[in-house]
Amino acid sequence: MNTDRRSFFKSIAAAAAVTAIPTAAIARAKKTAPPDAVGLLYDATLCIGCKACVVACKDANNMPPDTSGYGRGLYDAPDSLNQYTKNVIQLYKDGGETSYAKKQCMHCIDPACVGACMLGALQKGKFGVVSYDVSKCVGCRYCETVCPFNVPKFEWAKTAPKIVKCELCKHRLADGKEPACTEVCPRKAVIFGRYTDLLDEAHRRLKASPNKYVQKVYGEHELGGTQVLYLSHVDFEKIGFRFQQPESVPHLQQSVTHGVYKGFAGPVALYALLGAVVFRNRGKSEKES
Amino acid sequence: MQTHAQPLGGALFTRAYLFLLALGAIGIALMIWRFAVGLGAATGLSDGYPLGIWIALDVVTGTALACGGYAVALVVYIFNKGHYHPLVRPAILTSALGYTIAGTSVAVDLGRPWNMWKIPLYFWNWNLNSSLLEVALCIMAYVFVLWIELSPAFMEKWSVDGPPRLKRISQRLLPILDKALIWIIALGMLLPTMHQSSLGSLMMLAGPKLHPLWLTGWLPLFFLVTCLAMGYAVVVFESVFSAIVYGRKPEFAMLRNLQKIAAWGGLFFVIIRIIDLAFSGSLHYATTLDLYGTMFWIENVLWLLPLAMLAGPRANLGTLFRGAMAVALAGAVYRFDTYLVAFNPGPGWHYFPSVPEMFISFGLIAIELAIYVAVVKRFPILAAVKEKSS
Repeated sequence: MNTDRRSFFKSIAAAAAVTAIPTAAIARAKKTAPPDAVGLLYDATLCIGCKACVVACKDANNMPPDTSGYGRGLYDAPDSLNQYTKNVIQLYKDGGETSYAKKQCMHCIDPACVGACMLGALQKGKFGVVSYDVSKCVGCRYCETVCPFNVPKFEWAKTAPKIVKCELCKHRLADGKEPACTEVCPRKAVIFGRYTDLLDEAHRRLKASPNKYVQKVYGEHELGGTQVLYLSHVDFEKIGFRFQQPESVPHLQQSVTHGVYKGFAGPVALYALLGAVVFRNRGKSEKES
Repeated sequence: MQTHAQPLGGALFTRAYLFLLALGAIGIALMIWRFAVGLGAATGLSDGYPLGIWIALDVVTGTALACGGYAVALVVYIFNKGHYHPLVRPAILTSALGYTIAGTSVAVDLGRPWNMWKIPLYFWNWNLNSSLLEVALCIMAYVFVLWIELSPAFMEKWSVDGPPRLKRISQRLLPILDKALIWIIALGMLLPTMHQSSLGSLMMLAGPKLHPLWLTGWLPLFFLVTCLAMGYAVVVFESVFSAIVYGRKPEFAMLRNLQKIAAWGGLFFVIIRIIDLAFSGSLHYATTLDLYGTMFWIENVLWLLPLAMLAGPRANLGTLFRGAMAVALAGAVYRFDTYLVAFNPGPGWHYFPSVPEMFISFGLIAIELAIYVAVVKRFPILAAVKEKSS
């Protein structure tokens, strides 16, 4: 009846007060790269697709060969990032237009996977590297769901599966070495360095050869910025970068949830309120029935 | 809380019941097999679609359909409609079973379920930004809360004719529980408010991979509104169903009111959804009748259908039943779309559940139904009402 309808709207209004804060109303500060951030700069115009970086990556990270594709059992020839592959070279070809594209973790400045991970198995650590700790992982694969670059991979073939992703050779960085992929690149198509230096270098190249490049450093602003930066002569969508939005993925979700759960005051207040109302109503409803 | 609930009685092992048990046994066997061979071999999941029906159906839809306990508790304890009390116990039972099954499903879905215990205990590692953490903690806690809320039903029986030790424990615990129950009931409303809205927040983090018709900052509210509507609808569905199957007299007036709440909730959801899309500038996607536009309108029509049904001159038991089914279906489609259909990981990825994956889900649902039937036949859950005269 009418009262029930009113009850429903009242309950909805109460619920709305605690769960939904208009996103625009909350200012969540944009995250910036940590001061010690390092990264990669990949220049698609220089890459010759030799895949030395793919081999070196497997070697440095003790990754098994992926023999499921070309050559069926003969060659380690991954066609994309997968449970055996943390770094890959892909080819884009359309008529006369071709480009290679190196894929690995982008080491986002504001990573969705880190926001998703329940116990912090994925974390942004030293040098801003997004690293993985299997002891805190329950294998929920929420990181895979939310990564806008589809980077984290899951060991589907195993009964004790882990998440597989590029950790920027953090074990080599700890020894003062650079990542395996940049070390072996014969054309210096991918280089390692401090994030700010790489950004400067990318802009220097854009300015020096304005006709050679699409006038944009992919990763400077996209998805809140990434510590791996890209230069290309073909549109970035064509080499697999679907999203161009400047907001990071966690921005929307954390703007809303931070508003609701700030200091956990919302839930505590709601609990007190619910308890009080139930307590007050208790005697009455017993009388009624 | 005094109730006039009574066990239903009657033979348990009917032919339909044996069928449920068989389905359940197949499900359990397949679950064991899944741990032996790994997720890759057992499921249709992939790196593109890492979440499948075990999450979208058993957890996200299943727990919303298990919101009957939450929804009826709001009416009885918050809006003080004590005469709805007979509906509480059966609703809590379905909720307890639904959430327990969802938890089981998660354990089957996780790659490293042996680390599950770390989620509640390793609090110093908690990532407070993670909506999934909130969902996990709240659901774990809520399963406990639901079984505690339900425990008087078992203890009432045991305190009379249980084995001696159980009898003594029950007699001692019942009065304590009766005093504590207020705070447990309050918790039983807080927790679903939190985790059902967080099930919406969870997919906000899919960001640009989620179609703009579904991605909005209001996802938490949308999930909360829809879980409440679904909760009321399930109570109606379940009551009408047990009325028909067990020849009981249904509480028609109350059920019609609950169905009205569900139906108006559907209208409310469609209105706020369209207003939000209009403001965010994504409404134009609804005019393209591709997969996404079509699904969007199917959902909305399903949400509005129950209200149209109730508008007819004579609402009868059949109308309520069909209306409740429409709400449950609308909510299920909305949730499925948000988690699977509107989720686009990019070109080249496809997902369709494997046969074992489906049978694990069917098996879990069969087990849930089987336990429900056994409990209502043996324990005081359903309110005692006169046999239908026929």
